[in-house]
Amino acid sequence: MALITFREALNQAMDEEMARDDKVFLLGEEVAEYNGAYKVSKGLLDKYGPHRVVDTPIAELGFTGLAVGAATAGLRPIVEWMTFNFGLLALDQLVNNAAKLRHMSGGQLSVPMVVRGPNGPAEYLSSQHSQSFASYFAHIPGLKVVAPSTPYDGKGLLKSAIRDNNPVIFLEAEMMYGFQGEVPAEEYLLPLDKADIKREGTDVTLITFGKPVQMALEAAKALEAQGVSAEVVDLISLRPLDEVTVYQSVRKTNRAVVIDEAWPIASVGSHLAFLISSNCFDDLDAPVEFIASEDVPMPYNHTLELAVQPSVEKIVTAAKKVLYLN
Amino acid sequence: MAENVQMIALSPTMEEGTILKWSMQVGDSVSTGDVLCEVETDKASMEYESAQEGVLLSIIVPEGGGAKVGDVIAIIGESGEDISGLEAEAKSAKSAALAATAPETADKPVAVEAPNSQGASSTPATTRSSGGGSSPTSGSGKSSPLARKIAEEKGLDISQIPGSGPGGRVVKRDVETFSPTASTAGNQGVAVSSGAPMTFAPARTAGEDVEIPVAGKRAVIAKRLAESKFSAPHYYLKNSVEMDSLVAARNMVNKEVPSKVSFNAFIMKMVAEALKRYPQVNAGWFGDKIVQFGSIDIGLAVDLGNGLITPIVRNVGNKGVVQIDSELKVLIEKVGNGSLKPDEYTAATFSISNLGSFGVEEFTAIINPPGSAILALGEVKKTPVFDENGELKAANLMKMTLSCDHRVIDGAMGGKFLSELKKTIENPVRVLF
Repeated sequence: MALITFREALNQAMDEEMARDDKVFLLGEEVAEYNGAYKVSKGLLDKYGPHRVVDTPIAELGFTGLAVGAATAGLRPIVEWMTFNFGLLALDQLVNNAAKLRHMSGGQLSVPMVVRGPNGPAEYLSSQHSQSFASYFAHIPGLKVVAPSTPYDGKGLLKSAIRDNNPVIFLEAEMMYGFQGEVPAEEYLLPLDKADIKREGTDVTLITFGKPVQMALEAAKALEAQGVSAEVVDLISLRPLDEVTVYQSVRKTNRAVVIDEAWPIASVGSHLAFLISSNCFDDLDAPVEFIASEDVPMPYNHTLELAVQPSVEKIVTAAKKVLYLN
Repeated sequence: MAENVQMIALSPTMEEGTILKWSMQVGDSVSTGDVLCEVETDKASMEYESAQEGVLLSIIVPEGGGAKVGDVIAIIGESGEDISGLEAEAKSAKSAALAATAPETADKPVAVEAPNSQGASSTPATTRSSGGGSSPTSGSGKSSPLARKIAEEKGLDISQIPGSGPGGRVVKRDVETFSPTASTAGNQGVAVSSGAPMTFAPARTAGEDVEIPVAGKRAVIAKRLAESKFSAPHYYLKNSVEMDSLVAARNMVNKEVPSKVSFNAFIMKMVAEALKRYPQVNAGWFGDKIVQFGSIDIGLAVDLGNGLITPIVRNVGNKGVVQIDSELKVLIEKVGNGSLKPDEYTAATFSISNLGSFGVEEFTAIINPPGSAILALGEVKKTPVFDENGELKAANLMKMTLSCDHRVIDGAMGGKFLSELKKTIENPVRVLF
C-alpha cells in the first residue's frame, strides 16, 4: 500500500468522486487557482475546469447557501471552508437550511452536500483561528458529522460523505494534513456512522476523535511501558454517535478517559462522558475522566497554547487516575 | 493473577480441616460455587465451595492432608501462569508450620501478593501490605459501581473490603484481591486471643439495627409471658419417658381410623387422664383463691412464624384421641389462616409445648395463665437404657419438663402428676384404670 499524506488522501477522494459523478463540484476560497489554502484541492482545477472547481469570494454565508441551493437542485457540492473559524459566518445556512430542508419538505428535498475544512487548534494562531467547533455541528439534528484521524479513514469517509444524500460536516485539522498513512490503491468506502478501535487494550478505554487520536495512541504506548493496556476508540462519527462500540469497550476495560480538544462545556466529549456514566454505570470502576481544552480563549504564547490543550501527559495521568495508580 | 486458595472455616468452631477428597483436578477450570474438595471438620464432612474463579493450578494440600484455617490449600489463576513463587511460598509456610511446635503468630505467610512477573497481567498489581502503616481504610462506605457488582457476584460483603481508592473507595482490584482471611479479625468482630491461630469466620458486616415496633400480637405475648414469669414462682420437674408403648398404641389406633391421629393428640389425652387423677394440677391462682377447674382445657403452643398462639381443646378429659385430634386439626388450620377466635385460645387450664420437631432435647416453658402448669416436650430419641433385668436395651425416650406455679402446685404434687403421666404414657392401658 502506498504511504500518502492526509492531504493527498482527501485529494484522491475528491478526485475519484468527481471523476465518478459529474454532479460533484468543489467550491470555496482559493480552492481553484491557488490549489487550496492547504493544497487539498491540488490539481483539481486543471483536471475538472473552473465550472467544477470554483473560487468564491470571501463570503462563507453566501457560498455555503449557494451550495445548499445547488444540492437541493440535484448537484453534489463540496464546500471547503478555509477554516471552521470562518465557517461560523455560514452557520445559519447550515443549521436552518441544510439541516432542516429534508425534514421540513416532508422528504421532498434532500441536501447532498459536504462541508469540509480544518477545524480545531493549530499552532501560533491565537484565539480567533484556533478553535474546535465539533459540538456546534454535532448538536444539530439533520446533520451528519465525521472527524477522521488517518489518511485511510479520511479517504474512505470523504468518498462516503460525498455520496451521502444528507449534509455531512467533515472535520479535518491543519496539523493533520501532513500525517502519513497507508492507503490502498483500490477503491473503498467507509461507513459514516461507525467508530473504530484504533488499538486494543484491556485496562482503560481512551476515547477521542480527529487529531487527538494520535495523541491517545502515543499515550497508550507510554502507558504500555508502565504496564497499562489502553484501548483507543476513534469515534470518527460525532453524529450519529456509535455508542455501541464505546460501551462495549468501556464494559470490557471498566474505565474511560474521554479526550476532546474543544472547550469542556457542552462539548462532544462532555456529552460522551455523560453517556458512558449513564449507560455503563455498573461497569465503571472509577468516574469517567474528561480531558478537554482549558476553558479559555486560545493563548498566543506558545507555551500557554500547548498548556491549555490536551496532551499525552494529561492523558497518561488521567488513565492512571481511573486505574487508581496515581 | 494467580491467587491462593485458603482453608476456610466450614463450621463456626472449625480451626483445622482434613481434605478428604479433591473434587477438582489440577487444570480444571473453577467457577464460583463449584465444589473444590471435601473437608472433614470438627463437626462433619463439608463441601468446600470455591469463592474464586479460574483454573486450578496447583494442589498444595493433598487428600488426607490437614490444613489450618487460613492455610493455603491450592492455587487458582489463569492457565499457564507462573506460580512457582506462590507454590514455594505456600509449601515452605506449610513445612514451617509443621516443623513448629508452638502456634506461630508473627510469621504467617503473606496471603495475597502474587508476583507480577510476566508483566502480562491486565491491571498492574499494586502491592499492599496488610499490616503496613498506610493500610487501606475500611468502612468509608464508598465503592465503585463495578466493585459493588463484582462483590455481589462473588458473594462478598463490600463493607468488609478495604478500599484503596480515593477516600477509601473500594475499587475493582480491592474486590478481586480480597480474601476474607486477609481482612483483619477486628473488622469481623471475631475475638482473637493473642497467640491463637487466627480465627476465621465468613466475612459478615455488622448490619444496621432493625427496629420492629412492638404492637399487637408481640405486645400481648410479651406482656402475658412477663407477667407469668415474674409473678408466678416457677419451678421445674423433669423426667424421661419411654415412648415405645405409646407409639405401639398409636399404630394400633391408626390402623382402625380413616385419618391418622397425631402424636400431640395422644399426649393431650394422656395429660388429661393424669389431670383427672390429680385435679390439683388443673387449677389456677386468683390471688385470694385457687380454682380447681371443672373442665380440662389443654392449650397447645403453635408457632405463628411471627409469634405463637395456644389453641385450646376444651374438655379433653371427656374426649377420645380421635375427637381430640380432629378438633386439634381444625384449630391448627384456623391458626394457619388466622381465623382462630379469642375463645379458642384463651383460658387454658393446662398447656403443652412441643419443640421435639426442632431436635430440642429438653427445655423449660413459661406457664400460660390461668393454668398453673405447662409441659415442655423434647424430641423422641433412641437411647440406651437398662431394663428391669439390668440389661441394656434401646428405647425411644422423650424428656418432659413440667413448669409449675408453686403458689398452686407444690413440688410433691407436681412430682406425683408427672410420675402418673409417665406411667400412663409408658402404659397407655392405665387410662382404663
